[in-house]
Amino acid sequence: MTAPSPGSGTGSAAAATQDWWGTEEASVRYGDKLALDHVTFRAVPGRVSAVVGGDGAGRTTLLRCLAGALAVTSGRVRLPPSLRIGYLSAGSGTYPDLTVDENLAFRATAYQLPAAVARERSAGLLERAGLSGARDRLAGRLSGGMRQKLGVIASMLHQPDLLVLDEPTTGVDPVSRADLWWLIAQAAANGAAVVFATSYLDEAERAVSVLALDDGRALASGTPEEIIAAMPGTLRVSDARPEGEARRRAWRRGGRWRIWDPPGQPAEPQEPGRPVAPDLQDAVTVAILARELAGAGAESVELEAGGSR
Amino acid sequence: MTETLAQCVGVSRRFGNFTAVDGVDLQLGRGEVVGLLGANGAGKTTLIRMLLGLLATSGGQVLLFGEPPSRRTRQRIGYVPQTLGLYDDLTPAENLAFSEAVFGAAPEEGGRQVMASALPESLRPYRRTVVGSLPLGVQRSAAFAQALAHQPDLLILDEPTSGVDPLARARLWETVAIAAAAGTGVLVTTHYMDEAGECDRLMVMADGRVVAGGTAGQIIGDARVSVVETGSWAAAFAALEAAGLPATLVGRTLRVPGADPADVRRALGAVEASVTAAPATLEERFFELTLTSSRTRESA
Repeated sequence: MTAPSPGSGTGSAAAATQDWWGTEEASVRYGDKLALDHVTFRAVPGRVSAVVGGDGAGRTTLLRCLAGALAVTSGRVRLPPSLRIGYLSAGSGTYPDLTVDENLAFRATAYQLPAAVARERSAGLLERAGLSGARDRLAGRLSGGMRQKLGVIASMLHQPDLLVLDEPTTGVDPVSRADLWWLIAQAAANGAAVVFATSYLDEAERAVSVLALDDGRALASGTPEEIIAAMPGTLRVSDARPEGEARRRAWRRGGRWRIWDPPGQPAEPQEPGRPVAPDLQDAVTVAILARELAGAGAESVELEAGGSR
Repeated sequence: MTETLAQCVGVSRRFGNFTAVDGVDLQLGRGEVVGLLGANGAGKTTLIRMLLGLLATSGGQVLLFGEPPSRRTRQRIGYVPQTLGLYDDLTPAENLAFSEAVFGAAPEEGGRQVMASALPESLRPYRRTVVGSLPLGVQRSAAFAQALAHQPDLLILDEPTSGVDPLARARLWETVAIAAAAGTGVLVTTHYMDEAGECDRLMVMADGRVVAGGTAGQIIGDARVSVVETGSWAAAFAALEAAGLPATLVGRTLRVPGADPADVRRALGAVEASVTAAPATLEERFFELTLTSSRTRESA
């Protein structure tokens, strides 16, 4: 199950004894902007972890740190040697003017992978991902889904100890997405610690552990069950949009309204809705909402949403 | 029966030998939110282009508000493309003013009065920032505001919530729901099955045809998957793959769509695991429908 590590020197010995890769209290400052603020994240070999957050939450900054492409301003990172990391950056990761085969051959050389091994692995992964018929096409001419699949294959070809994928499924249709999930599972089955970023929580639910980021800070982290259990307060579901102050604590989901009641502020009996058990999406939405309400100074809300600080 | 806003009857579109849209029927009423699901190449964008009047049909008929698509019908439609369709170097208010000049200038031709108050409260703090410098969620809100400013009867949204956080996404859907409650009919494409719950009904397209329709529950029907729980998922994953039963990984659990638990148990061989059956998710059912469609097409 553990990946063989040809050409990785001392890396493989270190990899065999590591129980996690990641960051501890990592911060990254760009000028006067704190892009990442004391974030602790652990990726475990043979497991898939998700980093979720919207645009500007700090996902890409964290993933660039995990890829070894960006140094932290403070805090610590624990990473395998660079040749033992695989990285797919957001929106690119392939060379548009090389063919599919050339892209993979080039990556294999960069990772010092023997050509015969590279050819065999490429053929197997391309076949499974439905790209066999496209091997001579320029990567720039592929559909978005095909290009993302190629990018993931290129980043996992050397069977890395840590595989870092920035939004591998964005803009990818559900059929290609199923192939991507298969590739990701395959990388984890080979022993890699896999990290992927997404803005969709139903995707994050596929992961064993999840880190939710907002404005550079950890909003919530742990297994989906832990994040749900750590949600402060309670949740109601109502067919009608609530009136008055509760409006700001309500959001639309599945054609109905979710209403969050913070700790110490339970719903009055006459208020609409019935209690509902939160899922991961609810718990993370509450964390974002709590921070928003606290930031607005409208009321004091305790931020205990399972953050790593 | 509510007023029909958009209607397709046996609509097809061919490009050379390739049939992008193949005999599609669609009916969209006032206040209805219809979700259009499909893989890339399923024909969603081609269908939308015909509804917008940007592309002629090769067969069948498209009717908007009871007449063929024209410049006049276009003025009653709000459209948010995937690329948002905003000018990056204008502010949200300037974008809106420009749109007003296009949609609102000639009421005698069916143009609508654009309300100055159309810039929603949430966009006020950004009114002096050019769109290109705004966070993606705010850009999406601005595109929605612009598409709704001329109070369209029909709103067409192409993957409207890509890349925004769950609270911002909920607020975009809130905007859609408010428009629908006011009588606007909404046609929305999405790749994300979680958003299907925001639609009154769904249409699943594959290879240019509508392969399923109704609510998520109706589309899923009694489709089941096998669920494999095991201490050694990687071994189970490999065994299932070798047996031609590709599994998906959810946490440490494997799910095998369209496979009988007994077959899965057999394929696992010596791997210790519990195998049970569970209802399929919409995404799993969608995948099955798309796969069946492409196999049927290949064997035809």
